[in-house]
Amino acid sequence: MDNFSYARPGDLDGALRLVAQPGAAFLAGGTNLLDLMKGRVTTPTRLIDITQLRGLAQIHELPDGGIRIGALASNADAAEHDLVRLRYPLLAEALLSGASGQLRNMATTGGNLLQRTRCPYFYDVGFIHCNKREPGSGCDALQGFNRNLAILGVSHNCIATNPSDMNVALAALDAVVQIRSPRGSRQLALRDFHRLPGDTPERDTNLAPGEIIVAVDLPPSPFARHSHYLKVRDRASYAFALVSVAAALSMEGNEVRDVRLVMGGVAPKPWIIEAAPAMLVGKPLDAANLEAVAEAALRDAEPQADNAFKVALGKRAIVRALQRAAAGREA
Amino acid sequence: MALIGAAVERVDGRLKVTGVAPYSGDVALPRLTHAVLVLSTIANGRITRIDSAGAERMPGVLWVMSHLNAPRLPDGGRAGVHPPAGRVLGLFQDDAVHYDRQPVALVVAETLDQAEAAAAAVRVGYSPATAQLDFTAAKPDAYSPGKINDAPADSARGRFAGEQTAAVTIAARVAETYGTPIEHHNPMEPHATVAQWQGDELTLYDATQFISGCRNTVAKTLGIPPEKVRVVCPYVGGGFGCKGSAWSHVPLAALAARQVGRPVKLVLTRDQMFGFVGCRPLTEQEVVVTADASGQFDSMQHHSFSHTSVIEDFTEGAAVQTRILYSCPSVETQHRLVKLNVETPTFQRAPGHCTGTFALESALDELAYRLRLEPIAMRLRNEPPADPQSKLPWSSRSLRACYVSGAKAFGWSARNPEPRSMRCAGQLVGWGYATATYPANRSAASAVARLNPDGFVVIQCGTQDLGTGTYTIMAQVAAQTLGFPLDRVRAELGDSRFPDAPVSGGSQSAASVTPAVQAAAAALREKLVNLAISDESSPVYRALAGEVVLEAGRVGLRSQSRREPIAAALARSGGKEVVAMATADPGDAKKHHSLHSFGAVFAEVSIDPDLGLVRVPRVVGRYSVGRLLNETTGRSQLLGGVVWGIGMALMEESILDGRSGRIVNANLAEYHVPTNADIGRIDVDVVPEFDPFIDPLGARGIGEIGITGVAAAVANAVYHATGIRVRRLPITLDKLLS
Amino acid sequence: MSQPSNPSRRNFLQSAAAGAVALPLARAVPAPDSPQTVDASTAVAQSAIRLKVNGQFHDLSVEPRLTLLDALREHLALTGTKKGCDRGQCGACTVLVNGRRINSCLTLAIRHSDDDIVTVEGLAASDGQLHPVQTAFMRHDAFQCGFCTPGQICSAVALIDEHKNGPRAQRPMTDDEIRDRMSGNICRCGAYPHILAVVREFVGEAAADG
Repeated sequence: MDNFSYARPGDLDGALRLVAQPGAAFLAGGTNLLDLMKGRVTTPTRLIDITQLRGLAQIHELPDGGIRIGALASNADAAEHDLVRLRYPLLAEALLSGASGQLRNMATTGGNLLQRTRCPYFYDVGFIHCNKREPGSGCDALQGFNRNLAILGVSHNCIATNPSDMNVALAALDAVVQIRSPRGSRQLALRDFHRLPGDTPERDTNLAPGEIIVAVDLPPSPFARHSHYLKVRDRASYAFALVSVAAALSMEGNEVRDVRLVMGGVAPKPWIIEAAPAMLVGKPLDAANLEAVAEAALRDAEPQADNAFKVALGKRAIVRALQRAAAGREA
Repeated sequence: MALIGAAVERVDGRLKVTGVAPYSGDVALPRLTHAVLVLSTIANGRITRIDSAGAERMPGVLWVMSHLNAPRLPDGGRAGVHPPAGRVLGLFQDDAVHYDRQPVALVVAETLDQAEAAAAAVRVGYSPATAQLDFTAAKPDAYSPGKINDAPADSARGRFAGEQTAAVTIAARVAETYGTPIEHHNPMEPHATVAQWQGDELTLYDATQFISGCRNTVAKTLGIPPEKVRVVCPYVGGGFGCKGSAWSHVPLAALAARQVGRPVKLVLTRDQMFGFVGCRPLTEQEVVVTADASGQFDSMQHHSFSHTSVIEDFTEGAAVQTRILYSCPSVETQHRLVKLNVETPTFQRAPGHCTGTFALESALDELAYRLRLEPIAMRLRNEPPADPQSKLPWSSRSLRACYVSGAKAFGWSARNPEPRSMRCAGQLVGWGYATATYPANRSAASAVARLNPDGFVVIQCGTQDLGTGTYTIMAQVAAQTLGFPLDRVRAELGDSRFPDAPVSGGSQSAASVTPAVQAAAAALREKLVNLAISDESSPVYRALAGEVVLEAGRVGLRSQSRREPIAAALARSGGKEVVAMATADPGDAKKHHSLHSFGAVFAEVSIDPDLGLVRVPRVVGRYSVGRLLNETTGRSQLLGGVVWGIGMALMEESILDGRSGRIVNANLAEYHVPTNADIGRIDVDVVPEFDPFIDPLGARGIGEIGITGVAAAVANAVYHATGIRVRRLPITLDKLLS
Repeated sequence: MSQPSNPSRRNFLQSAAAGAVALPLARAVPAPDSPQTVDASTAVAQSAIRLKVNGQFHDLSVEPRLTLLDALREHLALTGTKKGCDRGQCGACTVLVNGRRINSCLTLAIRHSDDDIVTVEGLAASDGQLHPVQTAFMRHDAFQCGFCTPGQICSAVALIDEHKNGPRAQRPMTDDEIRDRMSGNICRCGAYPHILAVVREFVGEAAADG
C-alpha cells in the first residue's frame, strides 16, 4: 500500500473533525477498505481508526421494541447476539452466509453497508475503463465478462452489483440507518441508503462526505418465525451470491398478513420487490401465486451477455425462498 | 519390521503443525532486500516508455530494473530454455510484450512495503498491437507441435493407418466436442525466490518442485557454471506443476541481487500467479467412438485442440490415453495448437490425462447410453490384455479389480440407469462412473546414506517434498533396508548439493527416488556389516555376512541373542561417518513393458432440481498403482487428487477478457477452488497388485492419477441425475437451469 | 528514512532507538486528534507500538501501512503465519486476536497495541507439549504441503472456542456446520476430509459424549 497517516480519535466528535480533512477515510474492520487500498482501487491518504469507539459497537433494545445495532458491532457479534438471533433470524442467517468466520469477526455493520462492488473491472485497476473508479472512463464490463453483474437497476454507465448479504436482509426488515455529522443527526431508510448508478456511478450511497454511520435500527418485526435468506452461489461457501433472496412473511395461522421480498446479487442495491405485498397479502401461498410474484419481480430485468441465467435463477430463488419462509422456523 | 507400505505418520508433521517448517518466503538473511515485479497491462506490442524516476526517489528504493538497464544475457536470455525446467522467459532483454501480466520491470527496496509502493509508481507506456485472443477465430490456423514430450503428436492404427480390420456392424456412434477451460494451479504458497550471491556463487532459496532443473536453468540463463549455483528448498507449499519450471522471477531475482550486492527476496502476489507462471490450457476435444451392439469398440478418434503462447509451444496431451486405455482396433489421435497472446501454459496436475479422460470417459458414457449397456460392463468388453498401441505387455494392470472393488464399495449395482430416476430429500441424485489413468514414469536418481557417529542415519537426495510425503517414504525405505528404527533415520532433500533426482512431476518421484534410497541404504548396510565383521570387539567378529543381522540399529549373529548398537563399532573404528552412495536407473523397462496406472472412479451428485446447485456427497476411487509405500500419505495424495477433480468439474475456470487478454478473475475470491464445504466423503484405496517392472519396490507414482476420471465421473453423474449432458467444464448451475 | 528489514529483534530496538521516534515506557498510541503529516511520496513518521504476541511483548517502530501479517513475518521473525493471498481470500494468515480468529493480512499492526495476539508458534506449551489440535492434525494427516496448516490450526482452535462459548454450546456441530465454519481456510492439497475429522473430534457428536 501507499503510505498514509493514521489517527485514532478518542471520541466521535474528534473522528468527525478528522474525516473532514482531504483524503481522509474512516477505518473500521478494514476488510473491504484495506483490500481495496492494496489493489489501489481507493487511495485515502489519511485513515481515521474508529474501532476504539466502543460506544458504537453495542447492540441493544429500543423503547419501541426494536433493536439498535451499533455501526461498529462486528458481523459475527451481530449474528450471534440473542436479540438478533431470536428476533431477526433473517439477519443472522444472511450475516452467517457471508464471507468467512475470520472476516465476520473483523467486519462491521457500517463497513458492510458501505462495502464496494466486486465487479472485476472495478476491482482490478489493470482494467482502465471503470466509471465507478474514474467517472467518464467508460465501462469495460458492458462488453466484457459480466456473468456476476446486474440485471436490474443498471445504467449504460455501470452494471455493478452490491455484494452484501446483510444489506438484503436489512432492506427486508425495514432498517433505518442512523447518521451523524458535525451538523447533527439524521436517518435514512436502508432502502434509500444505496444508490442506482444513473449518471453518477462513482457514488454507491447517499452518505455524504463528512458523515458517519453510527447505528442501524430495526423496527419490531413480525417476521421472525417465517423468514428465510436464500443464497445461491458457485461454490458451497466463501463466495459472493449469484442471486440471493430475503423472504419474510408475517403469518396468522395460514393467512399472510405482510410480506417483504428483497433480492441480492442482481442490482446495485438490495432490490425490493414492491409488488410482493399486494400480490401475497391475504392470498394463499400456492405455486401459482408464488410464480406470479417471481415473474413480476423479474419483469423489468435487463440481462447482459453472460448473465441471462440470473433471470430464471432469480425467479426460482424467489419461489424457493418464499416456500422456505412459509414453512417456518422451529420455535 | 515392515515400514514400507505401513501407515507411517509424516516425519515432518511436527514441523508443519508448529509453523516451523521453512518455506522459501520465510528465509531471513542479513541485509535482505525485497523485490516486487511490475507486469504488463497489454497483451501484445512494445514498451515505449518506462518512467521510473518517481519510483527511484521513493524511500528505501535501491534499484529499478527493466529492459532499459537489465544486464544482457547469453542468447538473448534463452540460453536456459530446456523444458520442463527451462522455459522461454521475460527477462527484460527487449521491449516486446507478448501477453498481459508479462514481467516488464522490477523494483528492489529495503522493505516489502517500500518495494510494493515503488513498483506501483513505475509508469510504463506501451504501443499496443492487435492481439490474438480468440481461440475459435484462431482455430483454423492450428498446427501440429510434432511431438509431446517424447511421444508423437499424432497416432493412427487400424483402419486409420490403412490396415485391414474386421468388418463390424456399428450399432452406435458418438461424435461430440468436449471443452475444458483455462485453469490456474493456485498452490497456497505463491512462487518465492530468495537470491544470494557470495562472490561468484549463487544460492537460490526457491519454491520449486525441480531443484536440479532450477539450478541448471538459472546457471545456463546467466551463463555461469552449474556448480556455482545452489538451490535450496526443503519445503514447498504445493506446486501441482507450476513450480516445475524456473519462471522469469527466478533469474530476475538473481540479477537484482547481483546488481544491488545484497540478497533479494521476491515473492509473487496472488494476482501475479495468474500472470506468468503457467496455467492449464483451454482444450477443445473432438471425440468420435463407434461400437457394435455388444459394446465392443470398433474405432476411436480423439482430436485435441489447445492453446499456447506466441513465444513457446506447450501441448496438453489430452488424446494420449485414448491410444492405450482400451482395446480398439482403429484409433486415431491428433494434437493441434492455437497461438494466442497469453502466457505459456504448462504442466498442471496430470497434464493431458486429466483433460483427456474428461472427454473420453464422457464420450464412452454417452456411448453406453446409446447402446443401452451398463457402463462398466461395456468397458470390460474392451479390457486389453496388453498395450494396444505398442503391443507390449502391461507391467501390471488391475483395472478389472478396481471396477469390482469400487463398484462394491459404492453400491453401484443398485443403480437404475434411467436419467432422473433417483431422488433423495427433494434433490435429484446421479451416479456416474469413469476410468482413471496415468503413465508410470521413472527417471534416474541418486542418493547418499550416511551413518553419523551420533548413531543417526542421514539419507540425502536432491528431490522435493510438496506435501507428497517424500521425506517420510525416504526414511521408511532407508530404515527398513538398513534395519534401523525410523526415529534414528533422518531424510534430507531439497538441496541441489545432494545427488540429483528428477522433477517432482509426472508422478515419478517415488519410483525414482526410493530405489536410489534403497540401493544407498543397502550399500551402507553392507559397509556397516563389513565394519562390524572386522571389529574384534563386535559380536559378529569374523562372522559370514549372511550370519549377521542388523535390526533396530543393533548388530548381532542371527543365531544368538546378543546385540550391540552398530554405532559402537563405528566409534571403535575412529568415529568417522560411514557413507555410501548409489544411483538407480530405470533401465530399459519401457522397452519391454507398458507402464501405466489405472483406476475406477465412482461419483454421486445431488442436484437441486430448480436452482441447479450440484453437490458431490461421495466419491469412491479404487486404484491399480502397484504398491503404496505409505498407506497414510499415499491415500492423502489420492484424496487430494479427487478434491482437485471436483474443483475441475464444478467450479474452476480462469476467465480471459476477450478484448484485453487479461485474466478477469485473478484472485482467490473469484477463481474458485473447492472449500471445505464443497467436499463430502471421499473413499480411496488401492487394489492389491505387484508390479515387478516399475522399480524394485513395485511402487508406481500416485500424485496425479487421483484427478483423472473425476470430472467425467461427476459429469456422467450429472447426466444421470438430470438428463442434461454438460460437455464444457465447469458444470456451473447456469448450465443446468433448463 | 528507510527501515531495514531485519528480523532480529535486537536490531529493531537499535534502529528504532536511532530513529526520530522515542520509545516511551508505556504503551504508545498516537495521541488523539494529532494526525501525522503525510506526503505519499516520502516517508511517513513511524509509530512506536508494543505488540503482545504469544505472551511476549515486542516494541516495534512501524509505518501505519504495515499489516499485522507483515509485522509478524518481517519484523518479529514469526514466519509460521503465511501469506497466501494478502487479500483476505484464503485464510492462510489466520491468527488469534483476543481469542478470535482474524485474517492478519487485512488489519494494521498499529492498531493492535492493546491486543493479545496468538500465532501458531504460541499454541504449544512452553515445555514443547503440542496443543491437542496440533496433535490431532498430525494424527489425522490433516495436511500435505503444510502451507495452509498454521491458518487451519488457528482457525480450528478459535472455532472450537466459538462453539463452546456460543449460543449453541450444548448442541454438537454437524459435519456440514464444521465444513462451513472452516471454509475460510482454503487447502489446495485437499486435506479437507481429514481437517473435518480433527475438528469433529472436538465439537462433533462424539466430543459431546466425552
